[in-house]
Amino acid sequence: MNTETPILEVNHLKAYIPSSKGEIKPVNDISFSIKKGEIVALVGESGSGKSVSSLSIMGLNASAIKYRPESSILFEGQDLLKLKEKELRKIRGNDIAMIFQDPMSSLNPVHPIGRQIAESIILHKKVSYKEAMKLALDLLNKVGIPDAERRLNDYPHQLSGGMRQRAMIAIALACNPKLLIADEPTTALDVTIQSQILNLLRDLQKEFGISILLITHDLGVVAETADRVLVMYCGEIVEEGNVEEIFENPGHPYTKGLMDSIPSLYGPSKDILDAIPGIVPNPLELPQGCHFVTRCAFATENCHEDSPTLKKHTSGNRVACWNPLIKEGVEGR
Amino acid sequence: MSFKTIFQRLMAEKLAFISFIFLAILVIIALLAPYIAPYDPFKQDLSEVMSPPSAKHWLGTDGLGSDIFSQLLNGSQTAIKAALFAILLPLFIGVPLGTLSGYFGGIVDDIFMRIIDGIIAIPAIILALGITSALGVNLWNAMMAIGIIFTPQFARLARGQTLQIRSEPYVEAAKISGAGSVWIMVRHIIPNISPPIVVQASFNLSIAILIETTLSFLGLGAQAPDVSWGNLIQQGYSMIDMNPWMMVYPGIAILLTILAGNFLGDGLRVALDPKQKSS
Amino acid sequence: MFLKFLLRRLLYVIPMLFITTLIVFSLILLIPGDPVLAMLGDSATHEKIAELRQQLGLDQPVMLQYFHWLNNAIHGDLGRSIFTGQHVDEALMQTLSVTMQLVVVGMIFSIVGGIFFAVTSIYFPNSWMDYVARFFGTLGTAIPTFLVAMILIIFFSLKLNWLPATGFTSLIDGPGTFLKGIILPGFSLSLAGIAVITRHLRSSLLETMDADYVRTAYSKGVSRYRAIFKHSLQNAMLPVVTTIGLLFGTALGATVVVENIFAIPGMGQLVVNAIEQRDFTMVQGVVLVMIVMVIVINFITDIVYALLDPRIEY
Repeated sequence: MNTETPILEVNHLKAYIPSSKGEIKPVNDISFSIKKGEIVALVGESGSGKSVSSLSIMGLNASAIKYRPESSILFEGQDLLKLKEKELRKIRGNDIAMIFQDPMSSLNPVHPIGRQIAESIILHKKVSYKEAMKLALDLLNKVGIPDAERRLNDYPHQLSGGMRQRAMIAIALACNPKLLIADEPTTALDVTIQSQILNLLRDLQKEFGISILLITHDLGVVAETADRVLVMYCGEIVEEGNVEEIFENPGHPYTKGLMDSIPSLYGPSKDILDAIPGIVPNPLELPQGCHFVTRCAFATENCHEDSPTLKKHTSGNRVACWNPLIKEGVEGR
Repeated sequence: MSFKTIFQRLMAEKLAFISFIFLAILVIIALLAPYIAPYDPFKQDLSEVMSPPSAKHWLGTDGLGSDIFSQLLNGSQTAIKAALFAILLPLFIGVPLGTLSGYFGGIVDDIFMRIIDGIIAIPAIILALGITSALGVNLWNAMMAIGIIFTPQFARLARGQTLQIRSEPYVEAAKISGAGSVWIMVRHIIPNISPPIVVQASFNLSIAILIETTLSFLGLGAQAPDVSWGNLIQQGYSMIDMNPWMMVYPGIAILLTILAGNFLGDGLRVALDPKQKSS
Repeated sequence: MFLKFLLRRLLYVIPMLFITTLIVFSLILLIPGDPVLAMLGDSATHEKIAELRQQLGLDQPVMLQYFHWLNNAIHGDLGRSIFTGQHVDEALMQTLSVTMQLVVVGMIFSIVGGIFFAVTSIYFPNSWMDYVARFFGTLGTAIPTFLVAMILIIFFSLKLNWLPATGFTSLIDGPGTFLKGIILPGFSLSLAGIAVITRHLRSSLLETMDADYVRTAYSKGVSRYRAIFKHSLQNAMLPVVTTIGLLFGTALGATVVVENIFAIPGMGQLVVNAIEQRDFTMVQGVVLVMIVMVIVINFITDIVYALLDPRIEY
């Protein structure tokens, strides 16, 4: 397969919630693609629309969330938004799998781990329960759970936090998915466990060539893991680029603010508020022009009137900003 | 939270408010029953046995020619009397006992709670039967039995709430500033534990009427000259072939009153919840 | 390990039994005036009075009376009926199995009906099934059992003549007649239970339907059916198990009403007759047995809960 062909292509995704007080647009016209074997990070604060975006790919958003007709999510050329529930079920867990933030609440407390992995296999492959359990055992070994044979019959509460997330990953990998969506996979974990899980994800990506969409608010996680970065703010992508470029030379003041809020890769992350003044605006009362204008130190008159669109920045990133930051001395590179 | 805001919130819960009005009217009817009843409920008129509803007898007459409407009014008096007594007794005995036990704790509290748990484990009807059988069969003793059943429930509720409030900062502050135990209980604890107790009392109103009518139905509650809806249904059932409506009226009365108590309880739970935002 | 857990739970049950039996015993203290005279009436002979006084041991201190009574009770001796002279334990043996059959049928109806209504209500939200379930959940606890029983008799026995209004055949004596005779009493007994289970399970299901692990299940590609039955329901049932245990006690109490309306010769009928005959020892015996049954059921409920919830450590 040509590695340049994107496995997932999101085009003009517009999700909205009709309500009596006006329309809320959790995701407003975002487009991006993920190539085979690529790890793409979707970064933003809570309420930026990153979770809604990822759940639209799975077709698991609450029924209140609707999509505009021009939106499309192409997975291997098939538009997921147009598929029937029954067809989507064949893709979920099979071609696209997902892991969630809190492995404790995301695992069924009354089923043993092995059974939860096996369920995924049985749903998509014609194998017996016994064979599925054997495969589940292999998976537990693969994700680095020691003494896997015994763990197969353990319940989630009997595992440690890191082991639970490994078990979650084993469930997600059960059917060799092509795309893995990891929604804040390390947020609920201890700092030391965090990097173990991230290493595991990276190893798996290398070994199996899985594409990963990593949803996070933590740029530290991004720096460790991702190839490419999408920064979201108020339902829109404000900056996109390779991870090195973004870190070396952020174009959007918001990206810069996010980066200033990481004290160090392994330390506790500082509050975003310290680096960026103000709060995320109410989704019903988004400011006119650039949505970041209320918190931006570089805002000019133009920013209050027109919304910026993504444009190629001198660094090679694409930035949606009227006054992108330019690091001195970079221009001639 | 002022009384006014609580009332306004209760108004917002439509069903609860209707229930509140219904119960208020029922209480007034019960108080006035002897005066507004068109006939003596026991006056027999053998010339008008089993008469259908008419202008003279709104709901007709029973097998002895007594006026069913008047009996129904008297029955409401019995129901309300039983319900009020069964709630007031535990309020005045159970709540203080539970509060004291929870506030002071210790071994006395442990033993007290064991006994309370023991009584609560006994199904209400069974305990009621045991108590009425010991006290003797009449309405007053049935009411007493229901009161005895509810007392440990209220004591346990009051104790649990007190345990929570006891360690609140404002209680600690009052203690440090030298307030006596009685003062703290009356000024801080009782006012703060009352919302869940009021809610419970509303639900118990329904349960009390349920038990009272059941005992009376079995012939173990109200005896003449007291009239209970339970008696009326029992009498109606024995004459089901001749006049099925005799059963229907008291049946509806019981059903509506119990539903009203339940809805009021649901509404009060919302209205008294400080966390609930008024919408 | 499980045995140890059982023993620990048993250790909790013993003081419970002690306290409740003490309560049952001390009911006698509630009898106004001289209990012996109250039980026998004014016309009793001196001989009889002395005999009963002897039987009850009323000349001894109260605690001693209690231990005497408890000791006898443990050995199956609950005294003799004041009215008929029959041994109380014999009367109980005859009626216990009848009441048990009725309660078990009632509980089966409650559990099956409650789960059915709760699940259909969740599976078809805002459909007529949902409204029926919610209506049932509200109304079921507001109708007194005796009213339910009579309404059922009026329709199914008197009007339609489908099912008998009275009588009881034991399951062993004739399963067919047993079933025919038990449907109406069993349903009367279960209505409140159906309502309580429907309400509790429905709200519990609503919570678990939104749980993260159900979202995980959907992300694996399970159907809505599977998500509800394999993931949501099993978790939602856990708190309901405790409710079901408590309902057993309520149902046992309600047998008193149901047995009297349907003329079923069980403990409920026995106790009402005994109260009317001022047969206090008989009442005491019935109340005691019923309470012991409730405590045993609560004990079993605790164990079932522990078996169903893997998070509970033995």
